[in-house]
Amino acid sequence: MTISKSRKLSGLALAAVFVAACGGAASQPPASQPAATAQASSGPTTPVPPTGNVTLSGAGATFPALLYQVWIEKFNEAYSNVSINYQGIGSGGGIKAITQQTVDFGASDAAMKDAEIAALPAGTTILHVPTALGAVVVIFNVKGADGTAISKLNLDGPTIAGIFLGHITKWNDPAIVALNPDSGANLPATPIKVIHRSDGSGTTNAFTSYLAAVSDEWKNGPGVGKEVSWPTGDGAPGNDGVSGGVKSGDGRIGYVELQYAVVSGLASAAIKNANGKFVTGSSDGVTAAANGAVTSFPADFRQAPIINGAGDTTYPIASYTYLLVYQAQTDATKGQALVAFLYWALTDGQKEEKAIGYAPLPDPIQQKALEELHKITANGSSIWPM
Amino acid sequence: MAVVVAARPSIAARLTGVGVGRRRAAVDVAMRGLALVAALLCVVPLAAVLFFVATRGAPALSLDLITKPPRALGIGGGAANALLGTLQMVPLAALMAVPVGILGAVYVAEFGDRRAAGVIRFCADVLVGVPSILVGIFVFTFLVLPFKQFNAFAGSVALAIIMLPVVMRTTEESLHLVPNALREASLALGVPYWRTVVSVVIRTGLPGILTGSMLAFARAMGETAPLLFTTLGSRLINVGDFGQPMDSLPLFIYVNARQPVNALNDQAWGVAFLLLVIVLVINVAVRARTWGRRIG
Amino acid sequence: MTTLQGTGPSARRFGQAASRIPDVAFRSLSGTLAWVVVAALGLLASLLLLDGSQALSTFGLSFLTGTTWDPIAGVYGALPFIVGTLGSSLIALLLGAPIGLLTAIFLAELAPRRIAVPLTFVIELLAAIPSVVYGLWGVFVLGPFLQSTVEAWIVGTLGWIPIFAGPPFGMGLFAAGVILTLMILPTIVAIARDVITSVPDAQREAMLALGATRWETITRSVLPYARSGIIGAIILGLGRALGETMAVTMVIGNRPEIPHSVFDSSQTIASQIATTFNEAGIGLQTSSLIALGLVLLVITMSLNVVARLLVWQVAGPSSGRR
Repeated sequence: MTISKSRKLSGLALAAVFVAACGGAASQPPASQPAATAQASSGPTTPVPPTGNVTLSGAGATFPALLYQVWIEKFNEAYSNVSINYQGIGSGGGIKAITQQTVDFGASDAAMKDAEIAALPAGTTILHVPTALGAVVVIFNVKGADGTAISKLNLDGPTIAGIFLGHITKWNDPAIVALNPDSGANLPATPIKVIHRSDGSGTTNAFTSYLAAVSDEWKNGPGVGKEVSWPTGDGAPGNDGVSGGVKSGDGRIGYVELQYAVVSGLASAAIKNANGKFVTGSSDGVTAAANGAVTSFPADFRQAPIINGAGDTTYPIASYTYLLVYQAQTDATKGQALVAFLYWALTDGQKEEKAIGYAPLPDPIQQKALEELHKITANGSSIWPM
Repeated sequence: MAVVVAARPSIAARLTGVGVGRRRAAVDVAMRGLALVAALLCVVPLAAVLFFVATRGAPALSLDLITKPPRALGIGGGAANALLGTLQMVPLAALMAVPVGILGAVYVAEFGDRRAAGVIRFCADVLVGVPSILVGIFVFTFLVLPFKQFNAFAGSVALAIIMLPVVMRTTEESLHLVPNALREASLALGVPYWRTVVSVVIRTGLPGILTGSMLAFARAMGETAPLLFTTLGSRLINVGDFGQPMDSLPLFIYVNARQPVNALNDQAWGVAFLLLVIVLVINVAVRARTWGRRIG
Repeated sequence: MTTLQGTGPSARRFGQAASRIPDVAFRSLSGTLAWVVVAALGLLASLLLLDGSQALSTFGLSFLTGTTWDPIAGVYGALPFIVGTLGSSLIALLLGAPIGLLTAIFLAELAPRRIAVPLTFVIELLAAIPSVVYGLWGVFVLGPFLQSTVEAWIVGTLGWIPIFAGPPFGMGLFAAGVILTLMILPTIVAIARDVITSVPDAQREAMLALGATRWETITRSVLPYARSGIIGAIILGLGRALGETMAVTMVIGNRPEIPHSVFDSSQTIASQIATTFNEAGIGLQTSSLIALGLVLLVITMSLNVVARLLVWQVAGPSSGRR
């Protein structure tokens, strides 16, 4: 444990270097400095990481974990001295870890609730930095009556709620058949096995928000939250666990972030949106949902999942995902590295999102998020001053 | 216990009768056959586990698996982070548990008064049976929360707590097997008691002590549960920084077994093969020596 | 602890040697280290008691009988996990005890040495396979196998009995029970074999002299003599099953609700802690999880104590630890 102590000392020593770096221009050239894209941002300089070796440790949501893995690799290619360890343990875990201060940053797709903010240690302020949006898609794995895997399925809110409430238990239930006139005859009598999250999850928060919006029985029963009492089904940890669980056997259904459906090769259902159109989860469908909700984005960034937004192409279950950071960083070196990473994620990182199944932040939200970075301090002064 | 036999006088009576005898012989053969079947039932699962780990794991073994850390989206990459983590955390755990366990056992076997020895021995026995997940909670509270960082040191301590009672009890048993004549001879030569213990008693009991320590080491290599809340796991290669999270082979298997990507499942099998080979080699090597004596 | 009167066979006799300073130092050092194991156990137990007290004082005894685990409502009851823990272990016991006992009999009484020795060795190796490897095998091999064969057959023939009702999914209480069976077999076999081997030959000779068959000798003379030790071996196996975490977590389905059929998904105390401790809400939810851990500790500790006393009765205190 002397390690962390000595690191703190060296952190203090490096603080001097870092103050100099922030005061002047970004004069420490990294291996290959990526061009700063957000020229319109209010910061006078581009925040860059310190020159020494830094390891940041973060944990939380699995919803954006695939995106963060790509980001961390790309950022490490640009700044080889900065290593970031991100562990997908669920949004509930991210909030718990940042509250107990066992990580350098947390991550959650569900904004912290008032009670969770109240549980923070006295004097601690957590900033919600939105990084991306994603779709929650309903994945399934079922062989049709003809023996081949079913790849297309239409579902609407009440039917999804019926399945997750345990009322609809067979794949050839009349409610499902009615929504699938083309392939209904191929739906088998296989029993439906629901796979849901076993851990506290922002994905669950978004999905149960949707279920509560489309079903009063759900709203008054299991309710909305990161962790609910499921009427039916098996639990699995993480988006990876749910998609792995659905993949592991015939007749299974679950809900995950879009990219998990892509990497697992599982089909996802087209869901009837507020305009009555069946849409499959896509980056564009999420962007449509996000654009529709920009004006209602709250000042404290704690945006609820975007459910059943209007528009023909709007996907009905979308959610922001956040990195949770301490406003006052205790280790200036780590703080500098973290701000640089966040800046990179909000600018260059945004360009990666669409290709891997996430949706970039709408421009106004991106601007707000960048401004939020100025609030992060170390030793009482802003790490990246205005 | 003769009472037990005497309490069933009907047996002797039934042992006569020729017709009954044939039936009895048939029962005898049938039940002995059943015992053989049961023994095979024990061996078949072991064979099945080994078979599948070998057939699915061996093809997944590659240089990449042991030299590269995981890559994003499961494309390429390996388990070097896990291998290096295990190779650091388990030896550190042994470094803590083995000396403490041996000296603790010396106290119990050579010095301690009867009551103290009884209490210590009892606690060691109970600690062996404590579910390892509870050790994880325990160490999380004492070594993660106060230091505000999931860290590999906490992982090592958790593993050490699991190793400690095993080392202690096997050492104590080995020390009891050391003949008193050796102690007496050493002391008669004027060797101080502590040197007698270290260079005569412990040295004589060393094979047994080594056996216990190596078995504890192998067990610690395969432990997952106590690491979940302590070292947490890491996708990065971490060499030497015990203040940060580290991965381990079992953690890697646990996480990759649930992934929806076939390549990652394959990596889990590859790592399982690696882990199983290491653990079984240690076990076979260590047990083979004491095998004949123990079975006796 | 002030004098060297002790269990060590030599300690009493060479007490005067310890008056030298290095001797005293060595003794104090080893004495201190010996108590580490006591301290660890004591701290662990008090920590669980302390951190679980919030849940215990909130719910009282109804914590043990509560059937709901609902983080939204903030209501936490342990019964589903107690049922899952006992249920999966019971399945393991029902399958593992007869197989294990018969195997022990085979190894100790029936098999020729050249078969018994390597077989004992191989079965002891079963105990060395890490839990997570069993779990991996359970997820990809055993689960699908059970679903399409054993479970499908049981549901087909006995499905009208509620506890065998389908549909089977290859994950759940039954799959966990089967995995646990494999994991406790080595424990049961090894200790039961030790116990049976330690039965004096006079017991066997008396029966054989009366003209009893080998099997009659075993069931009427050897087993009654070794009974308490065998029960101890089985209880030690049960203790291992109750606390087993990873393999069970991976195959039991992680459903915090009382199962109605053996093919239902379930959750044990250990698997609930493993899957939710890192994210459980600070306060009552975490405290409830730790209280669950306390329940598990109490169950496994008392079983262990009982089992060891039983084994000691027959085979002496050095048996049953490997």
